[in-house]
Amino acid sequence: MADRAHFAELAMEHMPALYTAALRMTRNRADAEDLVQETYLKAYRAFDTFNEGTNLKAWLYRILTNTYINSYRAQKRRPEVSDVEDVEDLYLYHRLSPGDGSDRSAEDEVLEGFTDDEVKEAIESLPDNFRMAVLLADVEGFSYKEIAEITDVPIGTVMSRIHRGRRALQKTLHDYAEARGLVGAGPAAT
Amino acid sequence: MRQEDQRGCADGAAGVDCGEAVRQLYTFLDGELTEERRRVIAVHLDECGPCAEAAGFEAELRMVISKRCKDRVPDSLIARVAAALAEEETRHRSGA
Repeated sequence: MADRAHFAELAMEHMPALYTAALRMTRNRADAEDLVQETYLKAYRAFDTFNEGTNLKAWLYRILTNTYINSYRAQKRRPEVSDVEDVEDLYLYHRLSPGDGSDRSAEDEVLEGFTDDEVKEAIESLPDNFRMAVLLADVEGFSYKEIAEITDVPIGTVMSRIHRGRRALQKTLHDYAEARGLVGAGPAAT
Repeated sequence: MRQEDQRGCADGAAGVDCGEAVRQLYTFLDGELTEERRRVIAVHLDECGPCAEAAGFEAELRMVISKRCKDRVPDSLIARVAAALAEEETRHRSGA
């Protein structure tokens, strides 16, 4: 059982991570700020149910996720796309790689060439479920088990969402790179 | 299965073919394979240059995504949340 008096000193340090996730989920700053504040207030009120010694950051994410689903997603007018096109493994790599073991600096150049805005937009283009799974895994470094607990879905579903979400993200990043002329059109010859 | 193989890779290095290694690559990089399975894939990557290159690329891409996806918390939000919590605490004390 956790003591409310210690809540702020324990929880405030997680705000940068929560704010980043809130921005990617709501896709706008005003909603992200409201979502973070609401998350902190709910967490404060429920803090006596938090088991001290367990993962506070994961617990806060769980509240953020539920709040987002219940309050923000419901408000959205546009219909939510709930699936991603499934593309093959190594989608981006195969399209950047020369395939003959020669100069590999072009791949690194493309990777390093992506801007913050492009990466953020690519993540924001994923449907909710895939976006949250990829964010929690790749930006926050949570384990599959932790993500299953945060998002309240079975581990197998978490794995599938992370893996398919990553591949879809690669396709979007490839489209951006192509639009900027960083890579040639179409798949590399095999 | 041929089309799933990495270009130029010796098939079946370390008892697992390239298609299988690539399919398990994410789980491997996430550190979520069983120890036995992890070792099999690690040995394959040691012996198969093309798969090792692909694994390196995937690891690098993940670092780029994580690095490019940070946002600075506005000072006003920190102040706002701190104030909201303080107010909640006062209400909680007086109400209790």
